[in-house]
Amino acid sequence: MPFLPVVLWTDGLVYVLLGLMAAFALYASRHEHIRAPWRRVVRARVGVATIVVLGFYVAVGLLDTVHFRLKLPQPAEAGAGVQFAPEVLSLLDLALAGLRERQEKTYSAPFATHLFVKEAIEQPDGSLVRDFPRLDHGGAHLADPARQRGGDIAWRGLKGALQGLLIWALVCAGLIRWIARVRGEPPAKTRSDILAGRTLIPWRTAFVVLGLMLLVSAVAVELSRMYHILGTDKVGEDVFYQTLKSIRTGLLIGTLTTLVMLPAAVMLGIMAGYFRGWVDDIIQYLYTTLNSIPGVLLIAAAILLLQVYMSNHADEFASLVERADLRLLFLVLILGVTSWTGLCRLLRGESLKLREVDFVQASTALGVGHFTLIGRHILPNVMHVVLITLVLDFSGLVLAEAVLSYINIGVDPTMNSWGNMINSARLELARDPVVWWSLAAAFVFMFTLVLAANLFADVVRDAFDPRLRGAQ
Amino acid sequence: MTAYIIRRLLYAIPILIGVNLITFVLFFVVNSPDDMARMHLGEKRVTEEAIQTWKEEQGYARPLLYNPDASGLRRLTETIFFDKSVRLFVFDFGSSDNGRDIGYDISQRMWPSLAIAVPVLMVGLAFNISYALFIIFFRATYLDLGSVVLLVAMMSISGLFYIIGGQFILSKLFHLVPISGYDTGVEAWKFLILPVIVGVIGGIGSGTRWYRTLFLEEISKDYVRTARAKGLSERRVLFRHVLQNALIPILTGVVVVLPLLFMGSLITESFFGIPGLGSYTIDAINGQDFAIVRSMVFLGAVLYIVGLILTDISYTLVDPRVRLQ
Repeated sequence: MPFLPVVLWTDGLVYVLLGLMAAFALYASRHEHIRAPWRRVVRARVGVATIVVLGFYVAVGLLDTVHFRLKLPQPAEAGAGVQFAPEVLSLLDLALAGLRERQEKTYSAPFATHLFVKEAIEQPDGSLVRDFPRLDHGGAHLADPARQRGGDIAWRGLKGALQGLLIWALVCAGLIRWIARVRGEPPAKTRSDILAGRTLIPWRTAFVVLGLMLLVSAVAVELSRMYHILGTDKVGEDVFYQTLKSIRTGLLIGTLTTLVMLPAAVMLGIMAGYFRGWVDDIIQYLYTTLNSIPGVLLIAAAILLLQVYMSNHADEFASLVERADLRLLFLVLILGVTSWTGLCRLLRGESLKLREVDFVQASTALGVGHFTLIGRHILPNVMHVVLITLVLDFSGLVLAEAVLSYINIGVDPTMNSWGNMINSARLELARDPVVWWSLAAAFVFMFTLVLAANLFADVVRDAFDPRLRGAQ
Repeated sequence: MTAYIIRRLLYAIPILIGVNLITFVLFFVVNSPDDMARMHLGEKRVTEEAIQTWKEEQGYARPLLYNPDASGLRRLTETIFFDKSVRLFVFDFGSSDNGRDIGYDISQRMWPSLAIAVPVLMVGLAFNISYALFIIFFRATYLDLGSVVLLVAMMSISGLFYIIGGQFILSKLFHLVPISGYDTGVEAWKFLILPVIVGVIGGIGSGTRWYRTLFLEEISKDYVRTARAKGLSERRVLFRHVLQNALIPILTGVVVVLPLLFMGSLITESFFGIPGLGSYTIDAINGQDFAIVRSMVFLGAVLYIVGLILTDISYTLVDPRVRLQ
């Protein structure tokens, strides 16, 4: 094999999450009462638009989750075993290999051809002049940057846009054929229906959003071949690369935190509501106690302790990536500890109501065991609460990551994350002229993700909440 | 009423004991004082004596739970658990790792925290409720739709950006107010105005949206229909009937956060260099001063429980439907 697969702890959890989601999708597709609310989600225009945007983020995040170590070039002498590079890479790293390797010396503005700070440059005649030196990579193909740059950027942008449109046209054509086959009608009719916005699922909105996203991505990819489209940071790393890598961190914190807290929250919440009495007292005491500790301080305390542990056991971690990954896992766990109480309380209330409902009473009277009853009647009927919480919590957690990284109790400083980007960039605003691109990049990418997640969460809540269902 | 309050207070005791035990386990069992000493003295090459001296100085030299060398009751009192954890119950916080009295520091630093937190809460409350009422008044129009979109967008911006943007625009571009810092007495307003503005703006998104949902729920109730059927004007219905009834959840929502205002805001205070409890905590986290973090955890828990009790009491005061059992 030309590579050695590496599964980090968080990667494993992502695979578990994907498996669970697939299982849930399979289960949902066979049960009409779960399919119905989902149908409402995809029939809302905001719903499909946000699904497309989130899809792009998830795709980048997943590409960044498949980790491996590449094989080193075979040494000359025979009999030597296969050697793998110590560096852990992901598919995204491979796809962005150019961006990762094209390092400059220090800051450079977006689309710049020259460095942001002056340096002493040696002239051909041997004299030294202080000026902005040319970048090693950004716009290095231009002979006369001052004159050619504008035209070159426009030309490459156009090329990227055409590529994007081409991909879009192909995807749309494929989708229209597929929809036509599913609906059993000629593709021409499907196309005109979609164009007129007459389909139940608002395909037109989906296609427009998809087109926009593809256009932006294609232009960005094409331009980033030759330029640093979002500039470079203090050590000369491409900011576009950093912010793409940060997507995985944001997504992981937003989803895995809920995943790790689910078992405890669901089990304890249902038990408290179902059994009542002393079980309820103990569980209530447990979550009131945990809740009364300020969340940030509990996280801070736990991360401090982790730091002590890591500095005392430094040799237990094979590589920086593994260390950073373990810290991320720990952060996810501790965030889960601070955030399960809300869901637990909700589920307790729901179960309290459910256990008095006729069909549950009937099952009890028929002698159904407690655990069968919970599994068959209570759990399926509180799933919508779990799902709404999962979606609603996501955006808050992504935002929390940035704040925690700012106080140095977030993810590892070596890990790419929006919080770390903001943290290291906030002093750059005090420079003159201002270095704004790191902040702007983190802002745009984070804002898009959180906005899409917030809007999506609203649609999901409206579709699943039985109280709101009657109003429509 | 008195019996109710006393019962609530008694219920708080086991919770505080629980918090105390959790912090004790986190700070002394998971990580022994030896680890802390090594951390403070600098990682690897630390002699056993140096660790012992550090522990002596900081008062961590005793056994954790049970001291076999002492006699009688002292076997229990001359331990770290009694020294560092039980004493928190009488708000004796001890001294920080660099020797300052934590109780004194807290009493000094809570005032700047309050000077920011109270105006942010008050102004934010007034603005958010007025804005929510405005949206409700124009509900199902483009004003409503536009406002909701604006609110969701505002919610989606990280609080860090509000602070960075506020500092950049107001202080760096227009030089209206100092970027950060603090002054005692009346002069402090110059330094307070920017954090307060930023705090209020940062809270508009989620705050107004919450009040809007609250009012929307209220407005679909029967008494509102009755009021309209009587022929009352929409303005009268909104401002007299709906607002008054919605005040109950609003009030109790405010009461629960009141005590926590003392804790200050970690991010705001550290960005603006305000010497409040929030920046105190951040400094302690960054300086790895476990004694201060432990004290703040306990203090935060106490304030949270006070908030819960106050909420219950305020419910019984403003809502005649709630009966004390």
